[in-house]
Amino acid sequence: MKLAYYPGCSLKGTAREYDLSTRLVARHLGLELVEIPDWNCCGATAAHSTSHFLAVALPARVLALAEDMGLDILSPCAACYQRLRAAQEELKRDPELKRQVEGALGRTFEGRVRVFSLLEALAQLGEEALAAQVVRPLKGMQVACYYGCLLVRPPLTSCDDPEQPQLMEKILAPTKVDTLDWGGKNECCGASLIFGAREVALNLIKNILHAAAQVRAHALVTACPLCHANLDLRQKEVNRFFGTNFAIPVFYLSQLLGIAMGLNPRDLGLGSHFVDPQRALRMVGS
Amino acid sequence: MNENFWSEVNRAAGQKITHCYQCGKCTAGCPVAFAMDYKPHQILRLLQLGRGEELLSSRALWVCSSCQTCTTRCPCHIDLARLIDTLRFFSRQAFPQVTRHGMPLFNEVFLRSVKRYGRVYELGLTLQFNLKERKVWRDLDLGHFMLSRRKLRLLPEPVENRKEVAQIFSAEKEEPR
Repeated sequence: MKLAYYPGCSLKGTAREYDLSTRLVARHLGLELVEIPDWNCCGATAAHSTSHFLAVALPARVLALAEDMGLDILSPCAACYQRLRAAQEELKRDPELKRQVEGALGRTFEGRVRVFSLLEALAQLGEEALAAQVVRPLKGMQVACYYGCLLVRPPLTSCDDPEQPQLMEKILAPTKVDTLDWGGKNECCGASLIFGAREVALNLIKNILHAAAQVRAHALVTACPLCHANLDLRQKEVNRFFGTNFAIPVFYLSQLLGIAMGLNPRDLGLGSHFVDPQRALRMVGS
Repeated sequence: MNENFWSEVNRAAGQKITHCYQCGKCTAGCPVAFAMDYKPHQILRLLQLGRGEELLSSRALWVCSSCQTCTTRCPCHIDLARLIDTLRFFSRQAFPQVTRHGMPLFNEVFLRSVKRYGRVYELGLTLQFNLKERKVWRDLDLGHFMLSRRKLRLLPEPVENRKEVAQIFSAEKEEPR
């Protein structure tokens, strides 16, 4: 399968390891990724909080570029995924807005490109194809799959059930990792509130870490750069602020899958985490 | 203003505010309700009562993380998250000073980066935001860690077709569509 790859801004910086591990895992699974040439930012929350037009027009350019390539899109970033999906729906729903966007871009939309999250793309490969690549089972490691908001809400753009998502558990099943039942999987991490309303975000991050600690998770698994930044990079700050002592490593889904596939942890970008994942990795002999 | 404001918000967000019967499910599921002055169901009630202007200066609009839980669960299919986006627009119009700090400032600095480069320049965005909030040293240790792990790029990586991105921004109209 060949897909138009839309990394988005985070994967070029803060979430560099998500980019590295997604590309590497995709290659080993026979998914051909072609980066969308000259892609732009989706606008994220800043755009939809500011202007409905920008919130549709920015992702619309990315959709149009992929249409030119004649390929469906893989968008590993949860925020980009939701903004692309929302723009698709709005362009379908509002012909007047579509006309304005087309005018501004000097491009037209046929609306035939589909947008996939990493969860959908991996799940589509099927359990057998994934199992065939697992050479280092993760038996004994307990993980809490964390979906956050943007992959599963609102229902119109959701890639899984909004209240009880299961795709990550399904994708990880062939790795024999123990996926825990827990209450935090679709709670909000606060996203960019960490910049504009820090104490509120720290509270939300603390709640998620607490829920994961209660079920004795050895690690969290995520498929969102905002969630990863908040849960991993801010864990020390949470500990300082609340007097807690969380030390829960946070893996990207692609990293954990890559480990099970026997790929080099360094190549998967595991050296750039704030909370050291070594202890969790040693449990499964990696 | 009352009558006009009410219908304007309704129109802009395309929502049927009258459908809300105050069940409170939005507030029950809201992860940030604890930090809001007006809770999500109260935001809807104030709109129904035509007292929207009280909302425009409220903290709740900028505490909302756009997690979409309210929208997902509303039994009347009211898209409250979208409604809050619309209220944010009116809030900035009524009180331009809100963009001096916090989330409205962050959004502004973020979009300025997108407008200029077509992509977000994370390091520049963070420095500019911290500077404007007069907290220059905030997250210095984190920034150092991220630079050492190449999680922050020193220089922006602009798109080639900046003209097209500029066209998007110049076509943006000052209306709350």
